[in-house]
Amino acid sequence: MKRVARVVSFAALAGTILPPILFFTGGMDLDSMKRWMLIAAIAWFAATPMWMDR
Amino acid sequence: MADDTSTKQGEPVEEFEREPVPERAWLGFSSFVGQYAGEHTAGTELMIGPLFIASGVGATAVVAGLFVGNLLAVLSWVFLTAPIAVRARMTLYFQLEKICGRRLVTAYNLANGVMFCFLAGAMVTVNATAAGLWFDIAMPGLNDLYPNSLGWVVTVLVMGVLMTVVAAYGYKVVARIANIAAPWMVLVFIAYGIVAARQLGIESVGEFWPKAQELIWTGGAPLAGRTKFTFWHVMFFAWFCNMAMHIGMADLSVFRYARKSWYAVGTAAGMYLGHFIAWLSASILYAQQLHATPGNTDVLPGPLAYNSVGIAGVLCVIVAGWTTANPTIYRAGLAFQAISPRSSRYRVTLFTGALATVAGMFPAIAMKLLDFVALYGLVLMPMGAVIFVDFWLAGKFGFERNYAEKSGVPINWAAAIAWVATLAACLAVVNMGGMQIYFIGLPGWFAAAALYIVMSRVLQRKEVRL
Repeated sequence: MKRVARVVSFAALAGTILPPILFFTGGMDLDSMKRWMLIAAIAWFAATPMWMDR
Repeated sequence: MADDTSTKQGEPVEEFEREPVPERAWLGFSSFVGQYAGEHTAGTELMIGPLFIASGVGATAVVAGLFVGNLLAVLSWVFLTAPIAVRARMTLYFQLEKICGRRLVTAYNLANGVMFCFLAGAMVTVNATAAGLWFDIAMPGLNDLYPNSLGWVVTVLVMGVLMTVVAAYGYKVVARIANIAAPWMVLVFIAYGIVAARQLGIESVGEFWPKAQELIWTGGAPLAGRTKFTFWHVMFFAWFCNMAMHIGMADLSVFRYARKSWYAVGTAAGMYLGHFIAWLSASILYAQQLHATPGNTDVLPGPLAYNSVGIAGVLCVIVAGWTTANPTIYRAGLAFQAISPRSSRYRVTLFTGALATVAGMFPAIAMKLLDFVALYGLVLMPMGAVIFVDFWLAGKFGFERNYAEKSGVPINWAAAIAWVATLAACLAVVNMGGMQIYFIGLPGWFAAAALYIVMSRVLQRKEVRL
């Protein structure tokens, strides 16, 4: 379970920084970027407490 | 915090408060990297970056000034604070008590507690700008000093009460959220800058520098009522915004746990992620606002973040503000509790939070954060010079180390005079001599050191001399 949570956390970090980079390069529109960043934030805070600082 | 470990009732306490930290409790390098990276990516970074723009700074001045200033801050921790910390391994307060005496430490604690309260107030202000987004309240402008609407007062009150109650009863929960949130927060701060740069019309990395000079840090006239910033302003601000912590020696309490003094290079994580990348990102956010809505000079982290990356950005402002206000309110409570040891920790924290909440209603502190941070460091800095001189130079100049402990006096007047006279002289030079507050810290530190040497030679009783 912890391993899955770690994978989700790292995917969430990627989901936090990749959408802005894609927006910068013109590969994603602003609304989609904001939506992906929100999803990534929810995923980070849902998964990370399962393995970090326990 | 390394020294905020848990005990009964879920309440953190300072461990080894009156004894050197034993070897079994020493910590590795990575502990300090994580701690500083988290603590210096705070909600208030979103105030500081825009205030650089408001001060009309140029691109080269801000980038070079932040690079050099942050390097000097790291070197100050490495060469001034940490070497004493790993040799003495005592808290700032215990070391000060040995040098200055119980009563003088009480006065220091009072000053420290009040400054922490105001700092926490600025964090409450930042969070209120995020929470207020959902209620369409009138928020303060760049030059507002007083609360400007009932909605603002109520929003700050609600945020302040929530933060205070959590600091008093749920400190550990928020401390854990702070650790968990730190990596995500750093990336969101970077995202602010990337998105705002694109919104400014910068479409490639190669375009960034020329357009940064033209659109972001233009080096033009400052906004009304603001000091014009040059390389030197930025450098000294970056160096001394944590003056209380490094040359003021407050972080003796942190590095007493370090196995080696060089671990203080871990502070670079906080300086270059928080005080370089985060400040530059926040600057770009504000430049984008000025570009999109000319005349809108408001520095409101909540709306700035929302316009850039949406709800995730606002969430980051709230988390960053909350997780840094939490230990700030708690530390202010500790400082006040040292004055009144019989008071309950909960009551003191609630009182402290109430003070911070009232302070947060006044946007003056947040909108003048550059000046306040400089003042905060200045108030506490002279005691750092006293500790440095007492630790390294007392023998060479022929006076006794840890004079209060050895003589039993409640006040070491040499330290008291060095503190008060230096502070008074610095403030006089700033207010009457025309020197800006950002530059006074360096000569002030040397003045405090020299005064402490001279006054110790004059005032120490002969019988306690070596």
